[in-house]
Amino acid sequence: MTGKPYRLASGGSRIDRSKPLSFSFDGRSLSGFAGDTIASAVQASGQRVFGRSYKYHRPRGVIGLGSEEMNALIGVGVGARHEPNLRATQIELFNGMTAVTQNRWPSLNFDIGALNNKLSRFFPGGFYYKTFMWPRSFWKHVYEPVIRYAAGLGKAPEDRDPDTYEHMHIHADVVVVGGGIAGLTAAEAAAAGGVRVLLIDENPVLGGIADLTAGKIGEVSVADYAKAAADRLAALPNVQILSRTTAVGHFHHNYMMAFERVGDHDPSILANGAPRHRLWKIRAGHIVLASGALERPIAFANNDRPGITLASAVRGMVERYGVAPGSNGVVFTNNDDAYLTALALKKAGVNVQIVDSRARPQGDLVQKAIAEGIEISASSVISKVEGTLNVKSVKIAAYRKGQGRVITEKKVDCDFIAMSGGWNPALHLWCHNGGKIRFDDGLASFRPNTHTDAITAVGAANGTMSVAETLAEAVAAGEGAAKAVNAKAKAAKIKLPAIEEPVRGALEAIWFAPATGGYNEGNKHFIDFQNDVTAADLELAQREGYESVEHTKRYTTFGMATDQGKTSNLNGLGVLSEATGRSIPEIGVTTFRPPYTPYSFGAIAGSLTKELFLPIRRTPVFQWHKDKGAVFEPVGQWRRAYTYPAAGEDKHASITREILAVRNKVGLLDASTLGKIEIKGPDAAEFLDRMYTNMFSTLKVGKCRYGLMMNELGFLSDDGVTVRLADDHFLMHTTSGGADRISAWLEEWLQTEWTQYKVFVTPVTEQWAQFAIAGPRAREVLAKLGPDFDVSNEAFPHMSFKIGRMGGYPVRVFRISFSGEQSYEVATPANLGRGLWDAILAAGEEFGIEAYGTEALHVLRAEKGYIVVGDETDGTTTPIDVGLEGLVSKKKADFIGKRSLEQSYLKGPNRKQLVGLLTEDPNEVLPDGAYAVREVKDKPPMAMIGQVTSTYMSPTLGRSIAMALIENGRARMGETISFPLEGGKVVKAKLVSPVFYDQDGGRINA
Amino acid sequence: MLVVTCPVCGIEGEEADFHYGGQAHVRRPATTDPVNIKDEEQRDYLFIRHNPKGLHFERWRCDRGCGKWFHAARDTVTMDFKAYYGITEMPPLELQQQAKGPWADYFKSVAKAK
Repeated sequence: MTGKPYRLASGGSRIDRSKPLSFSFDGRSLSGFAGDTIASAVQASGQRVFGRSYKYHRPRGVIGLGSEEMNALIGVGVGARHEPNLRATQIELFNGMTAVTQNRWPSLNFDIGALNNKLSRFFPGGFYYKTFMWPRSFWKHVYEPVIRYAAGLGKAPEDRDPDTYEHMHIHADVVVVGGGIAGLTAAEAAAAGGVRVLLIDENPVLGGIADLTAGKIGEVSVADYAKAAADRLAALPNVQILSRTTAVGHFHHNYMMAFERVGDHDPSILANGAPRHRLWKIRAGHIVLASGALERPIAFANNDRPGITLASAVRGMVERYGVAPGSNGVVFTNNDDAYLTALALKKAGVNVQIVDSRARPQGDLVQKAIAEGIEISASSVISKVEGTLNVKSVKIAAYRKGQGRVITEKKVDCDFIAMSGGWNPALHLWCHNGGKIRFDDGLASFRPNTHTDAITAVGAANGTMSVAETLAEAVAAGEGAAKAVNAKAKAAKIKLPAIEEPVRGALEAIWFAPATGGYNEGNKHFIDFQNDVTAADLELAQREGYESVEHTKRYTTFGMATDQGKTSNLNGLGVLSEATGRSIPEIGVTTFRPPYTPYSFGAIAGSLTKELFLPIRRTPVFQWHKDKGAVFEPVGQWRRAYTYPAAGEDKHASITREILAVRNKVGLLDASTLGKIEIKGPDAAEFLDRMYTNMFSTLKVGKCRYGLMMNELGFLSDDGVTVRLADDHFLMHTTSGGADRISAWLEEWLQTEWTQYKVFVTPVTEQWAQFAIAGPRAREVLAKLGPDFDVSNEAFPHMSFKIGRMGGYPVRVFRISFSGEQSYEVATPANLGRGLWDAILAAGEEFGIEAYGTEALHVLRAEKGYIVVGDETDGTTTPIDVGLEGLVSKKKADFIGKRSLEQSYLKGPNRKQLVGLLTEDPNEVLPDGAYAVREVKDKPPMAMIGQVTSTYMSPTLGRSIAMALIENGRARMGETISFPLEGGKVVKAKLVSPVFYDQDGGRINA
Repeated sequence: MLVVTCPVCGIEGEEADFHYGGQAHVRRPATTDPVNIKDEEQRDYLFIRHNPKGLHFERWRCDRGCGKWFHAARDTVTMDFKAYYGITEMPPLELQQQAKGPWADYFKSVAKAK
């Protein structure tokens, strides 16, 4: 191909021949003009192959004109700015652009994957399901990596994206989708009513395909009409125009998402600090859908060869970019529109003839083609294409509708083909949110029917293909939309000028052109080019029983991926219709899913990255932890100190040191994250009796009680200590992660079930800093701080609290323990937290006080067999399962979850129960989550009887400990069970009580 | 993304500003008689919900506004909210009359009990 003048000597409405640009394509230096797309510039250089197909690795070229392109997917940019899978037809060229093709291993013009093509009889529809079944391990190690590599759908960049992205939220009275003549006219009509109008168009230039449309509006061409309308709109204060913006999805209550490519076409925009992409989140009063139509390919033998292009795309190449697809072409059509392409080619000096499947093509454009001397073969189809990397010749066969085989044919040399099987309204947005569609025999396609949202389709999107009818529809829709959002909107009073356009002959649907030679052997009729699905694959799926079109889609992958049926859908339905004898409406369509075209992860994330990804909650002592070199762990949105490694210490050493400090001396923990909820009112006690499994109305003022909460299913949902501040006033502690959830839970029951209760629920987590002083010397530290209350063991026993002042700080001190040691939790208003923390450390210095983190806390509690909701429970665990039936009241008539505990399935004999585990080898720490099995076998499956829920090396005991939920665990105490691990290792452990340390509780009460 | 209006504080917001609370008017048997609850009754309370095509009655919470729970009547086909009403209230009479299937049965049984 190279060397021929593919760039025509003149013409090209979009390009500026005075501004040459250079760019790199697969490492080759090429040139183009300002206004070119990658597709036009590369084709101007004579190159047709843009990649290899997905399954058969057949060479593929450009098929479309815009976002419907499914073959020419390329990567643009280098390094962290590389973006794969972009459509070459949409990428605007700039100077210095670097672009690469994707699926070409090992090269574009020859590759080993093409062997798949020769072996295609072994690659039928459903091939993946049929072949890659067994052995299972081959999937992970052989099939999937090979398929992924060979499929070659681009490579994601590995570095962090250097660009910025943003979300925009906007309300608009009327949103017009599509900037062709229909959209422009509708926008003008709506804007005349005085409402706010947002016009969204995915192309860089407004006008849609006005420039490729025949006719005159008043005195001017359709293209000039569009340009003037766009200029008028741009000048209106109540109209906002978003170009290079694709409406990608339509959702409930007229919510729309649109993806704007702000800086992709010009690096200087990014250099000036603009975001690369924007995601628009739009709430529309009324939507006018003017998204146009997409041209259908025709299913003929080898219709995927490079050089076979949609007729509209050929016309666009010639008229917009001054690029000829070749020197000698064939236009294959079943409708009049493609005659415009033949006429454009003829005008550009390209030799062309027409193959028309219709018996008697008629209409103004047909007459014009005849008058221009273009040869027309009516009642004919292309039955074969010769050539692999290029089109070399075609065979033209006589055709009558319904005929299945070729009778006579002639060979014609040519170097490109323009095909048109008619036009499909772009229904995607109409259908995303439940719009109904109906089949139109005249169009041989679906068009919009009814919709429950405020949305109107106009023009080609509505199946209206004439200019005059489109404009009339657009004016009415624009006026109607303005009226719908504002009853007082003025009428547009737009007077449409006289419109001249060619009278068109009827289209005749053709779903399959018979082929020369053996069926589907070297004669593939492609339906879905992107997924390499042929007509034969669809028919095979039918024969194999995949009758539903949705099943056929999944089995063959037809209409999947970025194509989403844009070009493939209707041809596939046509083939299925002919294969089954059912009509297309009977077969139905597959679901249209958002997005219309893919959009970037950057746009989805917007500015919500890095530190803005999730808010971080810090306790009043956060800075101290940081200064101390704490390792942090996320707990919900909180950052808690996990451990404080000293210089030269690893985490293991520091955790051990912190645990031993608590057991032997005294430790200090920042427990401020603990959920705190105040519950106040005359019915507070009765309310808590409903919420907790155990009784709280009997709790005395000044005392603390550990409580369990279930959901209505009888499963544990939270736990914590609640204290009674006054008769009508309680302070509830929840888990750190559960604070928000539990306060909402309490509110829900108060508002919806026990509305008669006089109770206020107030979350106060952030109002208090709270620290645990734990260890055998805790009381001495407390005494040193100068409390104005008696801290002796008699006056201040375990599970009681004091309110007073301590060293100048107002405090609430709770004698509660999660470590099993003598322990005081001291709470002070958050703004005083850091001062009190420092004061405690100073007072505790002589007693050897050390700060300890959350990991030490967890080991300490595990040594005592205390559960953590979420570790020892998993949402299917009852209080009885974890051995806390003593906390489930038998006296209370009702509390949340009580009735469910009586359901048979929660009383069954094989419930998993909480046990302690001691491994045979005391130095062996079981992995978290390890499964216990009934019987160890050579290989899975093995019957699973439970799993490890917490597992640690206990410095206190000098050996490993673990907790687990094991079937019938309590009845099996003393048994040894097996945990098979990866790599064939089996760890054995004995079932023991989960309380490993200080079983009589002497230390806690000391 | 639905647009929801809170009948308590009056704010109109996106669905994400609210919390969907499932079907409305589910009776909790234990609240009135905790002793004599049949297994089937408890099963229905916990798990059995209507799934109508058309008019439906549901609970919502004004999550990022006033925090209050309320009831809404919504058409599951058109997604239109037909009415908002208080969390302790029954739907407007005309909507009760429009309801079909299990909802119609429910409203009839409530009226009869009165």
